[in-house]
Amino acid sequence: MAIENKNFSRRDFFRKSGAVAGSVIFASLLNPFKKVYAVEEPKGKSKWYGIGIDIEKCIGCASCVRACKNENDVPKEPFFFRNWVEQYVITNDGDVKVSSPNGGIDGYKQIVPKEDIYKSFFVPKMCNHCSKSPCTQVCPVGASFETKEGLALVDKSYCIGCGYCVQACPYGCRYINPKEGVVDKCTLCYHRLQKGIDPACMTVCPTGARIFGDLHDKESSIAKFIKENNCVVLKPQLNTGAKLFYNALSQEVH
Amino acid sequence: MEYKSLYEALAHLDGYIYPNEITLNWDLLIVMYPYITGLVAGAFILASLNRVFNIKALKPTYVISLLTALSFMLVATMPLISHLGKPQRFYEMLMTPHLTSAMAIFGFVYLWYLMVVLLLEIWFDYRYDMVIWSKQKKGFLKFVYKALTLWIKDTSPESRKTDDKIGYFITVVGIPSAFLLHGYVGFIFGSIKANPWWSTVMMPVIFLFSAMVSGIALVMFIYMVINYIRRQKNDIVCLDTIAKYLFYILIIDFALESLDQIHRIYEADESFDILKILVRGKLFFTFFIMQIGIGTLIPLSVLGFLQFKKPKEKIRKIIYLLISVCVLIGIFFMRWNVVIGGQLFSKSFYGFTSYKVNLIGGRDVLLSLLWFIVPFIILTFLLWLLPPWKKATHE
Amino acid sequence: MPIQIKRLLLVFAFFIALMLVIRYFLKPDSWGKMGPYRYEALKEIANKEPKYVDLASCEMCHDTIVKIKIEGEHKSINCQTCHGPGYKHINEPDTSNIEKPKGREFCVRCHAKNSARPENIVKQIDAIEHNKGEVCITCHNPHKPWQ
Repeated sequence: MAIENKNFSRRDFFRKSGAVAGSVIFASLLNPFKKVYAVEEPKGKSKWYGIGIDIEKCIGCASCVRACKNENDVPKEPFFFRNWVEQYVITNDGDVKVSSPNGGIDGYKQIVPKEDIYKSFFVPKMCNHCSKSPCTQVCPVGASFETKEGLALVDKSYCIGCGYCVQACPYGCRYINPKEGVVDKCTLCYHRLQKGIDPACMTVCPTGARIFGDLHDKESSIAKFIKENNCVVLKPQLNTGAKLFYNALSQEVH
Repeated sequence: MEYKSLYEALAHLDGYIYPNEITLNWDLLIVMYPYITGLVAGAFILASLNRVFNIKALKPTYVISLLTALSFMLVATMPLISHLGKPQRFYEMLMTPHLTSAMAIFGFVYLWYLMVVLLLEIWFDYRYDMVIWSKQKKGFLKFVYKALTLWIKDTSPESRKTDDKIGYFITVVGIPSAFLLHGYVGFIFGSIKANPWWSTVMMPVIFLFSAMVSGIALVMFIYMVINYIRRQKNDIVCLDTIAKYLFYILIIDFALESLDQIHRIYEADESFDILKILVRGKLFFTFFIMQIGIGTLIPLSVLGFLQFKKPKEKIRKIIYLLISVCVLIGIFFMRWNVVIGGQLFSKSFYGFTSYKVNLIGGRDVLLSLLWFIVPFIILTFLLWLLPPWKKATHE
Repeated sequence: MPIQIKRLLLVFAFFIALMLVIRYFLKPDSWGKMGPYRYEALKEIANKEPKYVDLASCEMCHDTIVKIKIEGEHKSINCQTCHGPGYKHINEPDTSNIEKPKGREFCVRCHAKNSARPENIVKQIDAIEHNKGEVCITCHNPHKPWQ
């Protein structure tokens, strides 16, 4: 009787410790998944960049597209863009026609006659500098990363050019530079921000449709923009934490 | 540069795409990569059916499956590395892996599977024979065999028993490792929420079962070719058994793919309209005719018929040869539909781009062909170095 | 322990040690400091000369034009929106390294009639019919269009 009890308790002990050890190992395996999000929003007064675009002010001149290509040495061919402008034409029949000839640089033609047009507007697109960006999540070597101020940047001398981030970006903001073989994308002109000047695209916009700033500073123009307008981000259902806020974004825009 | 094809694509745009989407970044080489890793996983599963699940009829193909798996495994990362924009930096994935990226983890899963599962299993199976051969051969070959046995000279029955036990244990570990190896490839696609054609929970499972189908078909094909070259008789019971398992797993594969599509069609979320046009238009030939028609329905109906009524041996062999080729082609096009199909439509859901494969002299075609042919050369070499038919018989 | 296991463990230990040694040499120093990336990269990305300069740089020499522009419709538009990046011109003030828009093709970028353009933001004209054949600046001073 006594011997049976001893065996039972010893077996019991091993079983319990095995379960504990197993769950500890399992939980530690889950550890890499804890930080699936690129970067956590800093608390307090540290900078947290956000971008705002007012669709009601955009006139589709594509000065921003040209300026970005000039400033950042983007190849001038019509296949590679860090930012671009789309024209949406919604006809009375409910047809949605979208066009972006050379990103907007080649100018827009009005193909649909005015009487058939129900709604029409321009939508500038650029990197959303997502806080939970899928592009930084999938980079195998950490060449795509988020700075602590919330900018998604690319380390070109470390990138291996696998193109995983290009596939993972839901907004189509990235491209592989054919001459360099590595990935390129909007950096919010990080080199200009460090010198205290605005990004090139915001400098040249003639109507002030593009603004950016510190989301934590409630007196900044971006914070006021979001407060005074009905702002939304693109593809909110994907939970990318996008920080590019549009005013007056229509549902047809994807 | 090579912008001519892009300008042509720009002139033939269908609808609207984001400007950066005109180029397909993941081309034919990235279609080859899951195809080759799938062949590895499938061939290994066939070997494990014999070793772990004790299906004795499959014994003639046991070693061939392992050697096939090894030949393809050695080449498996080459399509990836050839495709990189900076291939000389590939080591960064192993030195500083970013742990939230499935692609980074794959480097280690690959190393684990190659070194701990495949190489070790083959080593334990061949160790005794390699010691015997090291004693028989002379010169450089003698040195090669000695080095392969790690200079172990033991040929006692106890050592053979140890080999068997450890080999069995490794095969048991190898089954979930094979699942992990190819499930991970599926996860690399399935976890991209930006792409609704890829983003589904079923993706790793579908990839796994189609991998098993392709691997089994490959081993069947190679077994028959080897016997033809060596002028040996095909073990028809073995072939019948392989065909039976191919049939069962093909049913599961077809059920999974159908479930994925039916679910997609029924739920019809925001991506459905563009995907419907994609499948019926640009993917019509590769999806309905090649993947479903030639790759699934014809093998299913023929193999199913064979379960009930078996024609003469001679006819059966020809049928098996043709069906294995059909399946191999079908699974290749399944990978094509996933990889290329997922990039043909715009993430704006408003249009399509195009992909023209340069069949004559295109870099991706040449490299893909190379990485598909090299494993067969490696296999021939392995069959010469470690001939399965010269192995000492087991009790 | 059977001799197979002993030899194999030796081989694996050697392989893992080799990997660790290679990693020690190949891993960049700043990788992992602030996150899973090379911290040095931030400096490299910031180390680039801006091409678009600030308004004060243009005003240094062209203050008369700036004074005229402030009173007109184009007052909030940066000089470089029409004239292109100014960094070359700042270092070597010459007409060859700054753009000077000509003809009828330039102004219609903003002013061509298009339903998508909000009419309260920009005045629009028919790009072909409006004063056919004439160059825009014949009638409109680009720095003060309604002069």
